[in-house]
Amino acid sequence: MNQRIYVDNAATTKVNPQVLEAMLPYLGGTYGNPSSIYAEGREAKTAVETARAQVATAIGAEPNEIYFTGSGSEADNWAIRSVARSLKEKGNHIITTAVEHHAVLHTCQSLEKEGFEVTYLPVDAYGRVSAEDVKAAIKDTTVLITVMFANNEIGTLMPISQIGAVAKEAGVLFHTDAVQAIGMVPIDVKTMNIDLLSLTGHKFHGPKGSGALYVRKGVKLNSFITGGAQERGRRAGTENVPGIVGLGKAIELATADIPKKAAYLTQLRDRYISKILEQVPYAQLNGHPEERLPGNANISFSFIEGEGLLLFLDMKGISASSGSACTSGSLDPSHVLLAIGRKHEEAHGSLRCSFDMENTIEDVDAIVAAVSEIVARLRAMSPLYETFLKENK
Amino acid sequence: MYSEKVMDHFSNPRNVGEIEDANAVGEVGNPQCGDIMKIYMKINEETNIIEDVKFKTFGCGAAIATSSMATELVKGKSVDEALQMTNKAVVEALDGLPPVKLHCSVLAEEAVQSAIFNYYERKGLTPPAGLKCSGCCSSCHHHHDHEEE
Ligand SMILES: Cc1ncc(COP(=O)(O)O)c(C=O)c1O
Ligand code: FES
Repeated sequence: MNQRIYVDNAATTKVNPQVLEAMLPYLGGTYGNPSSIYAEGREAKTAVETARAQVATAIGAEPNEIYFTGSGSEADNWAIRSVARSLKEKGNHIITTAVEHHAVLHTCQSLEKEGFEVTYLPVDAYGRVSAEDVKAAIKDTTVLITVMFANNEIGTLMPISQIGAVAKEAGVLFHTDAVQAIGMVPIDVKTMNIDLLSLTGHKFHGPKGSGALYVRKGVKLNSFITGGAQERGRRAGTENVPGIVGLGKAIELATADIPKKAAYLTQLRDRYISKILEQVPYAQLNGHPEERLPGNANISFSFIEGEGLLLFLDMKGISASSGSACTSGSLDPSHVLLAIGRKHEEAHGSLRCSFDMENTIEDVDAIVAAVSEIVARLRAMSPLYETFLKENK
Repeated sequence: MYSEKVMDHFSNPRNVGEIEDANAVGEVGNPQCGDIMKIYMKINEETNIIEDVKFKTFGCGAAIATSSMATELVKGKSVDEALQMTNKAVVEALDGLPPVKLHCSVLAEEAVQSAIFNYYERKGLTPPAGLKCSGCCSSCHHHHDHEEE
């Protein structure tokens, strides 16, 4: 087997060939500026507006509720900062969770420095926050609730519809970072009472550097970048036309047949999880067994550190990721794994596989074989395992 | 991001294991920060030569590679020579390490020193001035540069 097995689709995905094909003209001959009134400009404008409609349709929104951004991180920053700034008179309290992506967490932390009060709700052992906890945290001064749709590390799905209902009843704006959920779970911003939603193209086979923010009609949105009149004056800068076209095509394809995709990925995921838990001792599943993204499997292996696991997997042609501090470049292991109660040393030894439609049952079996061999090898080198064996003789 | 030497020592680490009748054992690091190195030595009490050395490491690829290289560098050396081994020597022997991984080499230097400290302790001798006591280096004093995903 010479082909590599890529199971890090939560980090990024391969651009779909149909998406690439849709983008190519806009990287070549069709180079007009959408703001220009002549033919080339109109052609580019039409392409951007087609993509806006594609994004809107995918989440049950109206095209004029969609704003294009340069990334999912930008959409998160924009949503949270805009709401905080424009409702400052009303209150200074924001509710979020302990397991958000850093694009949300660090934005909230920076607002704390500006005088906002942020509640970081704890999660249960599966990484879920409850709608009751959200409700109980709401105060007179609460202006925003921001809870991710699905966790990027452990795949746990949050009770978004219930939180939406709580937010609506309390009259508080509700933002969700749906970056990981698009194309994996059906999303309807209207029935779910979502006021703002972030997404990014590269997680569902679109291009990198192309995201969008949905903002419900009637919610005030501040300009994020000032300058020209692009994005109805809210985000200046000549549009990334190829990126936007690619995002539109990718979201259309990704949301076309979610049930079929989910069924296939769930089968791969559950096969991987059950085989690993069967074959590798001292392994624990992170996240909810069912209420999780269909393609996400995250498992902690005691006594070992994740980077070594990733390096050995890479040598065997397998690409996956870990929540270890050594691979993230920060001193602490994943805040998500710590929030669900994993000990530091367990969090260091985690492995996330995020499957995609190109993966097969054979891939799953090859990964299981590789992981069990490598874990045993690293444990043989581990002083923690040695101590454990001596203490449990 | 790692040199070929690092990858070689990571994937085929030298001197992995335990020494049953070791007369010097040092352990440094902390499971909280994700790195622990344990070094076993068999030191000739007459000549003070490190006749055998083995290690076990919980840590990243660089931690495993630096442990492996450090054991290679001190094997067959006298205790005094081994104490001269700096983390820089380990890094150079590995053809370099990424800046965020330099602390792994510091840990390797500390693990060797901690084992030798233990050797002096067991013999009831006063360790040379400046030599760190075994075990008390278990603090998260190293810092990775903070990067964003
Ligand atoms: C949940 C979540 N939010 C936000 C982001 C950031 O998206 P982007 O890489 O487009 O900035 C990611 C991806 O890394 C993510 O997984
Ligand atoms: S052991 Fe964590 S970076 Fe080396």
